[in-house]
Parts: sequence; structure tokens; C-alpha cells
Amino acid sequence: MKTSIPEAFAAARARGAAAFMPFVTGGFPDLDTSLELLMALDRAGADLIEVGIPFSDPLADGPVIQHSSQLALEAGVTPAAVLELVGRASKRVQAPMVLMTYFNPMLAMGLEEFAQRAAAAGAAGVIIPDLPPEEAGPWLEAAQGSGLDTVFFAAPTTPPERLGLVAQATEGFLYYVSMTGVTGSDLELAPELLAAIEAARRACPLPVAVGFGVATPAQAANLAQVADGVIVGSALVKLMLEAASPVDGLAACGELAGGIAAALEIGA
Amino acid sequence: MTGSPASSAAPRPWQSQPDKEGHFGSFGGRYVPETLMPALAELSAAYAEAKEDGRFQDELSELLRDFAGRETPLYEARNMSQRLGQARIFLKREDLAHTGAHKINNVLGQVLLAKRMGKTRIIAETGAGQHGVATATGAALMGMQCLIHMGTLDIERQAVNVERMRMLGAEVAPVEAGSCSLKDAVNAAIRDWVTNVADTHYIIGSVVGPHPYPMMVRDFQAVIGHEARRQILERAGRLPDLLVACVGAGSNAIGLFHPFLDDEVRMLGVEAAGHGLDSGEHSASLVAGRPGVFQGASLYLLQDVQGQVHEAHSVAAGLDYPGVGPEHSLLKDLERVSYTAVEDGQALKAFVRLTREEGIIPALESAHALAALEDIVPGLPADSIVVVCLSGRGDKDLAQVMARMEDAS
Repeated sequence: MKTSIPEAFAAARARGAAAFMPFVTGGFPDLDTSLELLMALDRAGADLIEVGIPFSDPLADGPVIQHSSQLALEAGVTPAAVLELVGRASKRVQAPMVLMTYFNPMLAMGLEEFAQRAAAAGAAGVIIPDLPPEEAGPWLEAAQGSGLDTVFFAAPTTPPERLGLVAQATEGFLYYVSMTGVTGSDLELAPELLAAIEAARRACPLPVAVGFGVATPAQAANLAQVADGVIVGSALVKLMLEAASPVDGLAACGELAGGIAAALEIGA
Repeated sequence: MTGSPASSAAPRPWQSQPDKEGHFGSFGGRYVPETLMPALAELSAAYAEAKEDGRFQDELSELLRDFAGRETPLYEARNMSQRLGQARIFLKREDLAHTGAHKINNVLGQVLLAKRMGKTRIIAETGAGQHGVATATGAALMGMQCLIHMGTLDIERQAVNVERMRMLGAEVAPVEAGSCSLKDAVNAAIRDWVTNVADTHYIIGSVVGPHPYPMMVRDFQAVIGHEARRQILERAGRLPDLLVACVGAGSNAIGLFHPFLDDEVRMLGVEAAGHGLDSGEHSASLVAGRPGVFQGASLYLLQDVQGQVHEAHSVAAGLDYPGVGPEHSLLKDLERVSYTAVEDGQALKAFVRLTREEGIIPALESAHALAALEDIVPGLPADSIVVVCLSGRGDKDLAQVMARMEDAS
């Protein structure tokens, strides 16, 4: 039986650590390397893994994830291929996998079809950065009974009255966006941020994981003081983008992931 | 005289749109990252308040009159009317508005609103550069910092407008992603807004994006239709039979159409068929696309079977956009407005034709609306009245058109 999202967070908590959730652009640099990368991150200590479905217009993402998505699309990677990738990986990795996709590719596949295929592939949940709770009705209906958790966001701009709304709507965990910005921007660990994460934890009965701009083990350890989980995306994708070969990229990602996983254990 | 048979009938499905969450039927809405949701709520509230505030409306009317030069004339194009026969063709001269296009109508409304909201920085996207120039103008007027996101392809083909924006004190940020044109500039502007939302207002240039933009931009552009309605009643003593406007994302068209929706008036939106609808290189979202979610709203969209968004093509940079406003999407489905598309070559011919026939150099965007008249007007009943939105002036397009003419000769 696959580990669920709550089980993964509970296991990290039981170890006294924050959960580590690395992000992978599905199909970048190619589908086979993606599979290797998922396995390498799993071995390096990932508690959950976020798998991105490349989209032509990723408006919540910074240059690094944009670029990797564009390269994957140029190489012919489709949403269906990423779902198959997750299906192949789910037999080989322990960490539950959470899909990250913009809404239009889901609509194009058909919402029920997407839910069915994602669940059949073994995905544990879906993160949809351009689908706020207000517009999520049709998707939540389609996903009903699939077992997929739909993860919603809170951000530094989210006022207290709205925090309650997203905290109640989210499933699996609450994704706290560390900054007003896109993925991969420079993260400043100000006291206000830590206080805001604590407020989100008070508002949300589920675990709160923090992402956007987390690049180093030290940043991750700092966030682990207040967060239930830490999400690292662009920093890993960047290593793969800059690597001389997929093998080098896998090694570099494995090393950074191992460092962050270790920092989260100690930081806890 | 101004009353119409439709106004006493049961509510029509296009009335009282959008709903409170910004839905035009199944279109529109707010499909944006969480970071922007509070900013959109704030903007909606500020706009609702301003709309009811007489002082805001007075200030806007004064700016439209004294700064933008409204009302714009309704010009009867007699030479063209005579050649095509059957109809009196009137051109709504948005090309004569300050900065040379209808874009200023929306910009003046939004900069006033931004000032009222305490924002100090203005950003915008631009394709043809007309919205960028209008925004840079509005920011200069209000003393606000201004940054315009523009695709590198458009920077190249609209060099004159880039110079105008810079002269007005705006920074032009080149966008080198995707097709390096309008849709990529919108992505860049949304990312900028997500990052700087506290002090920044994003002036979207058309009736797209998340709620309240499609409604708010429509309201600011509806001045076109309100004036045209009054003018044609004065001039012809009756309402027109047909309205025609080009449709990229759709702001000049909705601005002209909206005040006539409840009247017995036919409407035609003209999209860009680029190299031809079969070539795959066009911008005809309504004619050849299907519904999807893009840049904050549900709308008709050019996309592949996987839901990846196509790069649009048109000789007119201002039409080069793969989506189209949610309200147009609804009006198409309701069959209240007809939509067609004309190719680059037809638009270029119409550009030259109007220049020589009426002494008016139209924007290549507006030339699409003019091109559609060639087929339609000869088939109209005698003594029809047609109002066409001449959305902008064509000085910006001269270099491109002349290069094409040399190629052809």
C-alpha cells in the first residue's frame, strides 16, 4: 500500500523532522532521467515528491522551472507521459508523489479522465497553482472518490479571513508560499515570514509545507523550525539544467537533496 | 427613437453579466495564483466604489474630454460607401484619440483607480505598443513609475512605439520567452505583479485576465459605443444595422458592441486569420479555438489537444494573442455576435485602400475590420447603416507595410 500524504508528514514528525518535498519537472531532461531522479530523491531522504507537468505558460513559475518546462515540451513530453512516468515511479519510490499542474492541461484531458489516470498512476495528490478554491468546484467533484488530495495555497498576501477559507479547503497539506514572487526567487527568512507560517499552522488542521525560493540546507533548516514541511524546486531543477550530462545532474541533485534532508533532521 | 423592441422583453442571457465572481456564463472567473487573489478582491472593491463615486466619474470624464480628446468623431466614409454600394459606412474615429488608439480610454480609468488605491507603480503588457504608449502616457500624467513588458519580436516590429514609451519615461522590459510576443508579455506582467503586488497596479490592456479586468476594461471602453450610439442617432436618425470591429483579445469590439447589445443591431467581430486558418498560423481564437483556462480566465483559446497554448500569429501585433475575452466567448456561444476572420494579405490591402480612398491611415489591427466590409457590404439591403470601429492609427505600421509592398512589387 502506498504511503499517503498524511502518513508521510506523520512519519517525519515522528522522527522529529520537517518533511522534505523536492520538486521534479516531469520529463526533464527526459522521461528516463526523470524516473532516475525520482528514485535518487527518494533514496536521498525525500518524504514526498512533487512532480510537475510541463505547461506552455507557467505563470506562477520563475525562469528556471519555465525553462525546464519549455525544454520538456520541445522534447515532446505530454501530460499523459508524465502520468505514465508517475505510474512507473510509484513501484520504485517510497515517497508519495504529488502532481503539480496548471489547470488547462487537466481540462484538455477531461477532469474525470485526469483524476482517474492520476489515481491509477499512484499519485497521492494534485497541486494546481492557477486554481483557487473559488474555481475548484468542478475539479473537486471530478476527483471525488479518486483518493487524490487537492492541495491549496496560502501566501503572505492572504488576509486572516481568507486564510481560514484556504486552510479549510485544502487537502493533504497546506502549501504556504514563502514570498510574493514566483518560484526560484531569492528567499529572505524574515521574522515576519516565520510568524506568518505559524499563523497558517494555527489556522490549518493539516500540515503546512513551505515552498518558493528554498535553495540551501541552511534555509530549509530555518524553515523547519516553524513548518511541517519544506519544498525545494528551482534549486534542484537548476542543477539539472546546468549539469554537463544527465548523470552529472542526477549526482548533483542527489547531493543537494541529501544535504537538505540531513539539515531537516538536525534542524528539528 | 432610442427605445428598442428588445428592451421591454424578458432579460436576455447577455444581460447582468458577469456574476459576482466574474463569470460570463461558464467563462471568465479568477484562475490565478493565491498571491493575487487578495489583490483582485481589493481591485474589485475599489472599482465598485469608484464606479458609484460621482467625483471619480467627473474626473474621468474631464480627462477623456480634455486630455484624450473625446468625443471622437463618427466619420461617414463616403468614398468607401459609394464604391461598395448598399450602405452608409461610418467610422468611429478612435485613431483620433490621444496616443492614437482606443487604449487610452481604459488606461485613464485605470490610472485614476490606481492613484485612488495608493499604488505608486504601474505595469502593463503591450503587443502593438499602443497600450504600452497609452499606459506610459497615463503614468507620466499621474507622476507614477511605469514599466512595460513587451516581447522581443514586438519590440522589433513596433520600434516607433518603443521609442515613444521610453520618451514618456517608461521602462520597456524585453520578454524573450515562447513566441516573444503579447501572450509572453502578459505572463511576464503577471509574474511582475505577483512579485510587487503591494505597491503595483497592473493595467491589463484588454478584456482578458481575471475578474474584475474583463468587466472593468469593458466599462471603460464602452464610451466608444455610448458615443457612437448618440452620434448615429443624431446623424442618421436611427440605430445602425451592423457594427464591425476587429477582435484580438477584444477590447475595442466590446467597447463598441456593449451599449447596443439590447438593440436590434447585428454585430460582427473580425479576428486575424494570419496566414490562413488552415496554416495553423493565425489568431482566430473564437473562429478556430475551443474553451480553456488561460492567464486568469476561462475563455476561447488556441491550444493543442494536450492543452498547451498555441503561439498566435498575425501581421497586426495587437491581434497576436491566442485567447479572447470571456464576454466575447459568451456572446459567441449565445450567437448574439458573429465572428469571422480575415488573413494578413486582406488586412494589408484594406490598410492601403483606406489610406488612398479616405485619406486615413488605419492601424493594421483596425484594417482587419475594414477588410471584412469588402465581402459583407455588397450583400446588405440597400440603405443599410454600418458603424466600424477604427480602433487606431497606422503610423506605427508604416515601415512594415511598406516593406511588404516592396516584397510584393
